[in-house]
Parts: sequence; structure tokens; C-alpha cells
Amino acid sequence: MSFLSDLYQEVILDHNRRPRNFGELNDANGMAEGFNPLCGDKVKVYLKTENGVIQDVTFQGAGCAISTASASIMTEAMKGKTLDEARATFAKFHDMVTGKLEFDPDDEELQRLEVFHRLSEYPVRVKCATLVWHALMAALEDQAQAISTE
Amino acid sequence: MGNAMQEYLPEQDKLSGPRAFDVESVRRDFPILAERVHGKPLIYLDNAATTQKPRSVIESISRFYESQNSNVHRGVHYLSQTATEAFEGSRRKIQRFLNARSSSEIIFVRGATEAINLVAQSYGRDRVGPGDEILISAMEHHSNIVPWQILCQQTGASLKVIPMNDDGELLLDEFDKLVGPKTRLLSVIYVSNSLGTVNLVSEMIELAHSRGVPVMLDAAQAMPHLSVDVQKLDVDFLALSGHKVFGPTGIGVLFGKADLLESMSPYQGGGDMISSVTFEKTTYNTLPYKFEAGTPNIAGAIGLGVAVDYVSEIGFDQIEAYEGELLSYATSALSEIPEVKIIGNAKEKASVVSFALEGIHPHDIGTILDQAGVAIRTGHHCAQPVMAFYGVPATARASLAFYNTAWEIDALVGAIHSVLKVFR
Ligand SMILES: Cc1ncc(COP(=O)(O)O)c(C=O)c1O
Repeated sequence: MSFLSDLYQEVILDHNRRPRNFGELNDANGMAEGFNPLCGDKVKVYLKTENGVIQDVTFQGAGCAISTASASIMTEAMKGKTLDEARATFAKFHDMVTGKLEFDPDDEELQRLEVFHRLSEYPVRVKCATLVWHALMAALEDQAQAISTE
Repeated sequence: MGNAMQEYLPEQDKLSGPRAFDVESVRRDFPILAERVHGKPLIYLDNAATTQKPRSVIESISRFYESQNSNVHRGVHYLSQTATEAFEGSRRKIQRFLNARSSSEIIFVRGATEAINLVAQSYGRDRVGPGDEILISAMEHHSNIVPWQILCQQTGASLKVIPMNDDGELLLDEFDKLVGPKTRLLSVIYVSNSLGTVNLVSEMIELAHSRGVPVMLDAAQAMPHLSVDVQKLDVDFLALSGHKVFGPTGIGVLFGKADLLESMSPYQGGGDMISSVTFEKTTYNTLPYKFEAGTPNIAGAIGLGVAVDYVSEIGFDQIEAYEGELLSYATSALSEIPEVKIIGNAKEKASVVSFALEGIHPHDIGTILDQAGVAIRTGHHCAQPVMAFYGVPATARASLAFYNTAWEIDALVGAIHSVLKVFR
């Protein structure tokens, strides 16, 4: 059952057991919710940015191991990024899990997300991993809008 | 899994009831059951989503297209007559299967969903008004919720819901209180797709009728498990889906009592449902054609007729007895796993087992089981209110048909153990 070690790698299981940056963020200035009607999973992403840089990001919600680990790893990867960098990382991640982008072991950014690089072989599970990223993008918009209306 | 896996090889079935039901021979009638998935024998435990088709059904469809294909009710030529005879013959088979009084009470539709929508619109819109109530239950499939919500929006009526207990049984005392002078229709699920509950529909129909309330049954999940006699039930409308009773997709049946159907407006307009058309006035065709606008799913209807022949040949006596054994085998095998929580423990149950594994999301269960060749459904089963009732986003569900076996349950149990191992 090599698939088990592909899909349910120790890193994923660890993030699932002990998700990082889990919970509400009190001083968030951006928030968005992701909903997967297929499985009923809901995830909330809280975001705090300052001068165009992500200071903090957390998530809340119950999902499968793939979605929880994806959320946890995403929050770790996003801290300290500028909004543009965050969007670029999302694009890369998205292309990797949908099989449009080959995994490049020399790409430092993708290294952090490597555990998901075989996900494209399990198409029904791709949405589990991308849901929280879409929510993050929406939270970025939420935050951008908040700024533009100030 | 190593050693344990040996046990799951299909040597001999462990269920050896007193009856001469030969499951291995039944399995040979279903070509797909010999398939392999991810290199393992397919173990198909997702029958509530759709059932597999016996060879006779598959062959009837290709035979139709190879040698009988023609439109129905429209031609004097040989093929058109052959096709019409086969199509109408199938209607009569279904009439006998349901014990309807007349074949004109059998309306071919796309499936249970369309049957319910038809009644909501053609029966409901003319008879339901502001302040009226439609009564459904807490365990409905979305297809028996949304059409009524649409009707309520259109008419100003409101939707009332019969509650259930933690075992997944409807509270009949509450039901009694809910059937009132404003109730225009009771539409209730016969067998729950998400919990397996067999509702006490005879009692419910009797009570509703005693207060002048007509009753629709969503029998989509009842058909594959129990014998349904519409006259004995005295039900007014009944919906079924062909694909859930070993027939093709895209075909289903609405049964309706003739006098009710007669009094209803058509559902859709078009060819076949008219007897004469001028630009000023159209007169509608007689039953059942009034409700069958357009070219129907002819091959599907024929296939469904063959499917009910197949089921009748085995007989519900045997099916109910065998599936009962299978259900108790599955229930006790799953209950032996401490992490398993079975959702839906009604006293009267069909062979459907919904379960949760503590701390493990159903999607992860489904993916790992799939790799072991075991097909189950994970998700909300189109019954989000049921999920909300139990406070879970989703469940894993094994739904069994008469071609399933004890060794398949063993394989399910083995695969659940490997899920637990991954997540330990
Ligand atoms: C209880 C119940 N009712 C209705 C339906 C709808 O059937 P169909 O999608 O074939 O119209 C289903 C299918 O899942 C069901 O389980």
C-alpha cells in the first residue's frame, strides 16, 4: 500500500494531530470562510497584515486530514510574506496539486509543500487541500477591500 | 494487514442460513462484481448510491438498441410497434411489482427526484395556499425537502418536520400532533438512505388518511430491500428510482392513485401528452401519458422492467431474510471495533450502516478503503439536516445489497483497521 505512505505521510498526520496556528485570531483584519458542499467541511481563515505583509494567519474548522494538514502547513508558510508573494505561492501550490506544475525539488518554496505533491494522483481529494488556500485568497481580498475603503 | 488479509479471500461464505439462497451464484449474474480496483477485488458497498446491474438488464438494453430501437406510440411500422409493446410491457411489469390497480397509475419519470417534483408542482400548486402546511420528516433526502420548499415559496405554505430520536426513529407522538387541519400533504421517506431506518409508514398513512391528508412515499431506498404493495399501503403517491433497484439510471416511476392523477394538471407540456392541439386549445392525453411529455427513456424503461423481473425471481422473502443476516453480521462486526460509532440504530432497519470513526474524517476513511478495493460512500448523503442532527459533517456508509457477502464485510472491517493504523 505505497499510496498510504504517499498520501498520508507522517508530516500530514502530524499536522492533522497537532494543527499549527489553529484558532481564532483576535486582532485579525481579514477573515474568510471556505465551504466544500461535497463533504460539508467548513474552514475559516483569519489574517493580520501590516504594511502589506502577513503578520499572522490562523484557521479554524473541522475537516479531513488532508485539509487540516494543508491549512496548518499553509499558515506556517504564509507568515512574513507580502500579499503578492502569498498570491504567487497559492498559484504554485494550486498548479502543483492539480498536476499542472512538476514538483521541483530545488524550489525552496515548494519544498515546504512537498508533502502534497502526489495529491494530483487523487483528484477527488485535491479540493480538500485547496479549500483553505481559496479561503486565504478571499481573506486577502477581504483585507484589501478593508484597506481600500479606509 | 498481511495475515489478516487472507481471511478476506472469498472461499466460502459464512452466512449459511436455512434458505437456499446461493449468493455466489447471484453474484455471477452481476458482471461488474468480477472487476478489480487498485489491483484488489471490487467490494461494492455503495448500493444506496446506486446498485449494480444484472447481465439480463445490461443485455436488454443492448438488445433494444441492436434490434428494436424505434420511437414509441408514433409509428405504424414494425419496429415502432415492437418498441411500444416492450415499453408498455415494462409498465405492466412495474404495475404488478408494486401491485398497482392499473398500469395507467405508473408514470415513467427520470427518477425519484422527478417524481417528487412532479407531485409538488402538479398536485401541490393547485391545492396548496398561504397558511397551508406540507409535512415531511427529519430524515429526508434533499430530494424530498427542496421540491416542497420551492412549492412553499410559490404558494405561501410552510414546511413542517416530524422530529426523530437519537436512534434515528421518527417520533410518532409528535407526528400525531403535526397532522392538523392545515396539513395538505405528508411526504415521507420510506427507508432512510443515511440511517437505514425503515419508517412505520403503514401506521403513518393510516393516521394521515384518518384526517384527510394524502401521503406520498419516497420509496427510492425501500424498493431494493422490501416488497412494496401500494394497495395494501393505501399510499397516494410513491416515488422510485430505477437505478437503485438494479435497473438503469435515468428512469424511475411515479405511482399515483388514478383519481388523483386524473385531477392534476400536467407537469410538462409537449408531444405524447396531448390528444389534440390547436393554437387555441389543447386537450390532454389520458393517463399515464398526460404526465409523459416528450420521447421517454425507452431503453431505460425496458431495462427497469427486466430488473424488477430479476428481483421478483429471487423474491423478497429470500432478499429480506438474507439481508437481515448480512445487516446483523455487519452491525456486530463493526461494533466490535471500539473506535466505530454506528449512526442510526432504529429497531427496523434495512441493510445500511452509517458510521463514524472517532477523530478520523470520513473522507480519509473513504480514500483508504478505496485503496483496499472497498467502495463505500462518505459524505452527507444528500441529507445535511440528518448530519446536523448528529453534529457530524459527514459519515461513512456501507450500504448492502443481496449480492454482498460476509467476506466482504470482513474486508471492510480489515480495511477499517488499516485506517486506524494509519491514524494511530
Ligand atoms: C431516499 C432517497 N430519495 C430520493 C433519492 C433521489 O434519487 P434520484 O437521484 O435517483 O432521483 C435518493 C437517492 O439518493 C434517495 O436515497
